[in-house]
Amino acid sequence: MDALASLADGFAVALTFQNLFLALVGCFLGTIIGALPGLGPSNGVAILIPLAFSLGLAPTPALILLTSVYYGAMYGGRISSILLNIPGDEPALMTTLDGYPMAQQGRAGEALALSGVASFVGAFFATVGLVFLAPLLVKVALLFGPAEYFALFALAFATLGGISSTNQAKAAFAAALGLGIAMIGVDGQTGVPRFAFGEVHLYDGIDFLVAIVGLFALSEVFIFLEHRGDGSGEGKDAKVGVGRITPSFAMLKSCTPSMIRSTLLGFVAGVLPGAGASLGSFMAYSAEKALVDKEGTFGKGDPRGVAAPEAGNNAAAGGALVPMLALGVPGSGTTAVLLAMLLALNITPGPLLFQQNPDVVWGLIAALFIANFMLLAMNIPMVGLFVRVLLIPPKYLMPIVAMVSFVGIYGISGSTFDLIVMVIFGVLGWVLRKLDVPMVPVILGVLLGNLMEANLRRAMTISDGDWTALFASPLSLTLWGIAIIGFVLPILFGKALKRRMHMAKDEPSATVD
Amino acid sequence: MGDRLFGGIGIALAAFFIWQATTIQESFIQDPVGPKTFPIIIGIILGLSSLAILLRPDPKPDWPAVGRLAEIGAAVVVLLAYAFALPQVGFLIATAVTAAYLSWRLGTAPLYAVAAGIAISIGIYVVFHLILGLSLAKGPFGF
Repeated sequence: MDALASLADGFAVALTFQNLFLALVGCFLGTIIGALPGLGPSNGVAILIPLAFSLGLAPTPALILLTSVYYGAMYGGRISSILLNIPGDEPALMTTLDGYPMAQQGRAGEALALSGVASFVGAFFATVGLVFLAPLLVKVALLFGPAEYFALFALAFATLGGISSTNQAKAAFAAALGLGIAMIGVDGQTGVPRFAFGEVHLYDGIDFLVAIVGLFALSEVFIFLEHRGDGSGEGKDAKVGVGRITPSFAMLKSCTPSMIRSTLLGFVAGVLPGAGASLGSFMAYSAEKALVDKEGTFGKGDPRGVAAPEAGNNAAAGGALVPMLALGVPGSGTTAVLLAMLLALNITPGPLLFQQNPDVVWGLIAALFIANFMLLAMNIPMVGLFVRVLLIPPKYLMPIVAMVSFVGIYGISGSTFDLIVMVIFGVLGWVLRKLDVPMVPVILGVLLGNLMEANLRRAMTISDGDWTALFASPLSLTLWGIAIIGFVLPILFGKALKRRMHMAKDEPSATVD
Repeated sequence: MGDRLFGGIGIALAAFFIWQATTIQESFIQDPVGPKTFPIIIGIILGLSSLAILLRPDPKPDWPAVGRLAEIGAAVVVLLAYAFALPQVGFLIATAVTAAYLSWRLGTAPLYAVAAGIAISIGIYVVFHLILGLSLAKGPFGF
């Protein structure tokens, strides 16, 4: 098998002292970030990108660090779900349904350990799926010309609002806003400045890292300032006893079929554009509930109700890496942020990445396997430590988040102008959140706007200005078809689905996975 | 501000964006699409989605009371001032002051907030500058 041989090479890359150390640091930081209410995988990775960048890490180590954070955050999200009934991030929402009741029964330790194992199963098998599925997808992607890529970008934007999107007009608005921001700066093909208003700083365009950190990290600080004192934005004390922290063998055995089914569902949800980890955990939980909940114990502290969504959301996290690496089109918010990092490192994901930088891809995948084992080892015995981290009150945490954001951006450019733009994006992020406009399409627009336009113009140059060339091949027609279906379906079903996801929980969630 | 006003602002933004796009200078280098077309398409999508938001608004969000809005406004001013002060007074001082302010506004008692600000500033300095070797803003005192 080609894939296995490449993977072996990947392990040779990943098993250096530096990379192992970075994976360890990433897993540790990621678990903390995931556990802290208000910080999820997207904003956690967003804060760390500029840091990894200004520390001058080579692409592979930087990628290993940040994907370890990503996986770690997916593991960590469950801790506050179970102990505090506050999901650390949106995918962990479903875990609160059975996790918190278990904690109330004094079985928090068991729930934590079980969900740790479930996270491991989900993430491990999703990474195996990534090994085999990504190269296949690459073969398809090699058939893509500029017209197909343009259609693929359109598909990504049309579906990014997600199946659970409640207002597609707002998702479209967000995408157009992001694309519009990407247009600022000198046009790459003809060299004329666009939307720069004579401001020299704008000639280079808006750096997407500045936009990401502002939208994700700083807006969180404003949210906390807004909610200070009214209890909704603050972490409650973890008073629930942890209890024994090893799951019994019988419990693991009874949960195994649930974990396997949930892993499959989650992985598929992750690979599909626009679905992401939130939907993965939701589908996994509902499927298990329909399948095995004969006695009506789901929602009252059934271990299977903890294992299913955790396996599902971690599998989806792995699955979401497939389109990101193979096509260069992310399937979820956090992978969009990871894509930003690759672009910042001058690596363009997509089929060529597998040919030109196999060491990056396979080193990364190998590192994911290693990170998984580290996370399992870290999450079972050390869970008490992470529980203590939850007790850091936001009044100390949020200033740290704000200051580290500034440090990261200043470290890249040393420019006051960038810092000001970041603050403006922070305010914009706050307003967009209040208006319920999703932020991921904005980020994706800023990231992919120029690539999308370049593909359009390349396609037009090839066809000599004939616009029908965009719809000429069966492949591009298929992509357009999926894009249209993906955009229209949520208008028909989105509200009902969202309502069901939040049926048991009416918590406002910070950021979409 | 509800969705109707938001949609209205969106339409105005779209109109401004399209108008700006039409004023883009053409270069002597030419391709069939040119630098204007794609921005105009985006502007149209922006306008249409704003119109849809205006026509079918969601329920109004809970805007915070005036006091809280002023709170956020003040934080924005402080963060902007921080951006300007950073190269002038150096990382340690600027960060200590800003972090102390934020911590105070998030509910720490004033004296503790000052201590928290200083601790955060020194902590970040030690971790990111001394250990990780990141270059932070140098002020007149060299830190």
